[in-house]
Amino acid sequence: MKSLIQKLVETPGPSGFEYEIRDAIREEIGDAADEMRVDALGSLIARKGTKADGGMRVMISAHMDEIGLMATHIDDNGFIRFTRIGGIYPLTCLGGRVLFMNGTRGVIGSDGLERGKVPQLSDLFIDVGAASKQDCPVKVGDVCGFERPFIDLGKRMVAKSLDDRVACAIAIEVMRQLKSTPHEVHFVFSTQEEVGLRGATTAAFSVAPEVGFAIDVTRSGDTPRPAVKMATALGDGPAIKVRDSSFIADHRLVNWMVKTAEKAGIPYQLEVLEAGGTDGHAIQLARSGASAGCVSIACRYIHSPSEMVDIDDVENAVKLLVQLLSKPIVLD
Amino acid sequence: MSKTTEMSTKYMPEIGDDQIHLLEKLCNATAVSGDEHEVRKIVLEEVKPIADDIRVDALGNVLARKLGKGEDRVRVMIAAHMDEIGFMIVKNHEGGLFEFVCVGGIDERQLPGKSVLVGRDHLPGVIGAKPIHMTTKKERGEKIPLSSMRIDLGPEAGDKVKEGDRATFATRFEVLGYSIRAKALDNRFGVATLIELLKHAPENIDLLAAFTVQEEVGLRGARVAAYAFDPDMAIAVDSTPAYDLPHWDDEDENVRYNTKLDGGPALYVMDSATIADRRLVKWLVETGEESSIPYQFRQPGGGGTDAGVIHKTRSGIPSISVSVPSRYAHTAAGIARRADWENTLRLLHAALGRVTPELLAGERRD
Amino acid sequence: MIDLSAYLKKMLSTSGLSGYEDPIRKIIREAWEPLTDELSLSRIGSLHGLKKGRGEEPRRRVLISAHMDAIGMMVTDIQDGLMRITGIGGIDHRILPGQPVIVHGREDLPGVVIQPPSFLLPKNAGTGPVAMKHLLVDVGLRQDDAAKKVRVGDLVSYAQEPIELTGDAMSGHTLDNRVSVAATTLCLEALQDRAHGWDVWAVASVQEEETLGGALTSPFDIRPDIAIVIDVCFAKGPEANDWRNLPFGKGVGLGYGPNIHPGLYDLFEKKAKALEIPYDRDLMPKMSGTDAMAVQIVAEGIPCAVLGIPLRYMHTPVETVSIKDIQRAGRLMAEVIADLGPDTLEQIRWEE
Repeated sequence: MKSLIQKLVETPGPSGFEYEIRDAIREEIGDAADEMRVDALGSLIARKGTKADGGMRVMISAHMDEIGLMATHIDDNGFIRFTRIGGIYPLTCLGGRVLFMNGTRGVIGSDGLERGKVPQLSDLFIDVGAASKQDCPVKVGDVCGFERPFIDLGKRMVAKSLDDRVACAIAIEVMRQLKSTPHEVHFVFSTQEEVGLRGATTAAFSVAPEVGFAIDVTRSGDTPRPAVKMATALGDGPAIKVRDSSFIADHRLVNWMVKTAEKAGIPYQLEVLEAGGTDGHAIQLARSGASAGCVSIACRYIHSPSEMVDIDDVENAVKLLVQLLSKPIVLD
Repeated sequence: MSKTTEMSTKYMPEIGDDQIHLLEKLCNATAVSGDEHEVRKIVLEEVKPIADDIRVDALGNVLARKLGKGEDRVRVMIAAHMDEIGFMIVKNHEGGLFEFVCVGGIDERQLPGKSVLVGRDHLPGVIGAKPIHMTTKKERGEKIPLSSMRIDLGPEAGDKVKEGDRATFATRFEVLGYSIRAKALDNRFGVATLIELLKHAPENIDLLAAFTVQEEVGLRGARVAAYAFDPDMAIAVDSTPAYDLPHWDDEDENVRYNTKLDGGPALYVMDSATIADRRLVKWLVETGEESSIPYQFRQPGGGGTDAGVIHKTRSGIPSISVSVPSRYAHTAAGIARRADWENTLRLLHAALGRVTPELLAGERRD
Repeated sequence: MIDLSAYLKKMLSTSGLSGYEDPIRKIIREAWEPLTDELSLSRIGSLHGLKKGRGEEPRRRVLISAHMDAIGMMVTDIQDGLMRITGIGGIDHRILPGQPVIVHGREDLPGVVIQPPSFLLPKNAGTGPVAMKHLLVDVGLRQDDAAKKVRVGDLVSYAQEPIELTGDAMSGHTLDNRVSVAATTLCLEALQDRAHGWDVWAVASVQEEETLGGALTSPFDIRPDIAIVIDVCFAKGPEANDWRNLPFGKGVGLGYGPNIHPGLYDLFEKKAKALEIPYDRDLMPKMSGTDAMAVQIVAEGIPCAVLGIPLRYMHTPVETVSIKDIQRAGRLMAEVIADLGPDTLEQIRWEE
């Protein structure tokens, strides 16, 4: 799975510009899906299985967009001012390396600041080594993401955009391992989650699921003096989400997920995330509503260029989802 | 039915006296979010004679259609919001003094010392301020709190004004040579433009016009309008700020101008509510180049238009926004260039004429 | 004929936090069973009670939305037998220290919210109110017992029992929005012997306090022609005297603003005047802060009215309401609904 994750995290694709990562995912899925389509906002929807006795229409959502930056102004000396695409923290930008969708590479610099002052995005700029505006291969509206290579630390992996490419990898792996299912499962590789769950909103409308699971990362509370105290930790298993700031998971579904994990001997942890939203909200509130939950991967340093997850959590998440989809889902 | 000028001479969109007069009527009308009655009335008068069908929906949107001819017509929705930012009277403090709150985003520093019009009868009032002689140095360093401001309608206002009535700035529309000064250019520019586009809708498309309500309080009208129309694609026509003023420190460049006057219609690549479908960006750019119509790119980031909810409706609708740049939006008086408006109209009219099903065939890509 | 006080007290003693409305839904279901023709649930747990009208098919539909969920708290961690908590819905952390609560773990555990001494808090916390992330809940158990009985994600609700105050006032937690559910029940009762042409869909909606989820989803399938949203509104009281506050116990609030269809406002106002039910215009210049924010923009849009029951101390465990206002609200709704006829939609149309 690590090579799949590496391939996905290293493919560029900020919100709204997911065409390359969509191609990569489509290639990886191959014939593991019964059929695939792309919707109006660019989400890739792959169906597997048909509804049988005790089966439901199920939506799985893993977002394929990553956070990034868009050029807003090129000054006379070729320096590029930018705005955010999704949740970008200025502190994680300093010294960062970026890759534009047109292939241009650059580094993020900062205006001189008073000592102790935290920079804002408007204090930063991208330097692509251009000598002037005319010389600059980047125009207003061009888009870039962070560029950092994937590192395998054994049990842990470090990369940019594990949020949410690790979930895309999990979804692909589930599709490969799912031998039989009573459900009609729509695997949605959604776009534009980072800017407001937009792709999942329209995908959920067209899929019209009865039940759905988002797959995303969640914060972990296992680093020194974390900003947000969390009970979750790397290596304690895939997290079964109770709630995040965008939705409250259907508690009947949460119970079923817990039962399923315990029965199959899969480790799990329970997650309450106070600051962070996911595609689960879009699934829950589509049309007349759906029973929604989320499988989360505990992740350190979210939205920095060096996010970290545990490979066992990832593989156990695959196992859990395969278990959930192989049998009827009981909500009582 | 419609006066077809397409028969003998090709229609050239222009901003002439008729269009200026229409904009004047629209800008001088009062239509605060939730109470768009006056502008709706003007829109209905203008559009009823030319639309194939027209109705007012549950929220007060005007939905009008002009159907084209031929097969495989693309269904294009164009949205222009009728509402403006303004005020609501919330408490009668007796003696003709009324407490009020803002509806839509208004900087309260823009309010003291202004004249306003209240209610359906446009009763004149003023927002005063304490005489400077009575202020302390400390006070002069602080904002005047909104809760202390009052609209004064004179001591015999009595019950001519009720709590819940809306009010707007009293600015009158005025042409200043090649510029226009008025209130509510955001978004009477859009409304007037959409009316013109409807009057000269090309035959290769179905033009689904949505004159929407409540954009300024959360893009509410557009959401249900898009659901009802279920179009193939959508354009939001609006007005966007131009902050093209000099930096206080002459040395420094203004890098956050958003748009510039005289730059032509502003095309949105991204604002905080929508990332435009690039195929539509390309379509508008090509139109501008082909027809030699000036255009500019609005600086990405910030703000939002009706496209923000339209593109997320149902199973997704490829959308883009185009705006007429104007300075001092959401204040008593905005300033814009007549030519920027004309070029916006020309660009959109020409672009609509070039719409084919091929425009949206295939996947959303760069 | 339901005993309003007893019914209300029963509801107030039943938990039903946003996303976990099962217990309260059961109580409401029992009350609505004899008053409706069909009961059903939405996929996310809203209760729909259909009372059919007598008009000819296809009948028009009016939806009443009263959210049944309540605010509360949730366990985020267990440390040394004590629980850390987060809020569900808008909780003012300043009213928490010393509050009696119930932790709904593997069993219901009575406890109290405690404010740790300042030497155990960050140095810069000062003497001001303590943030929720630093408060703890003590149920009197040691760590090994607590870990067995409580889990991350367990719910915590206020334990305040309802209190009858003088002058028909009742105080307790979760009057927001159980009083509206009660008013809706009174309305359904009143309609038992009033002929009404339209179908009435009474919806006890879920998750208003968190996502307006119930209000966004139920109308999608029901597609009512009009909707009445009933919720609590602000009543004048200590520190709450500006234009947003209505007099306490002196009548209902009729919502007025972009969220409300002016034609429906007029309908309600006329009826209130005719029945001599005291009311006040409840100004909502931008949004109503109720289910109507969602119902109004479902599918092709739904005209909404907002009916308010004035309430003091909203979102505290001692919310206070006048029973008279609940009765007024129920009665006004029933009478407006009984009057809905084949021309109503025409009457309230926007000009064309």
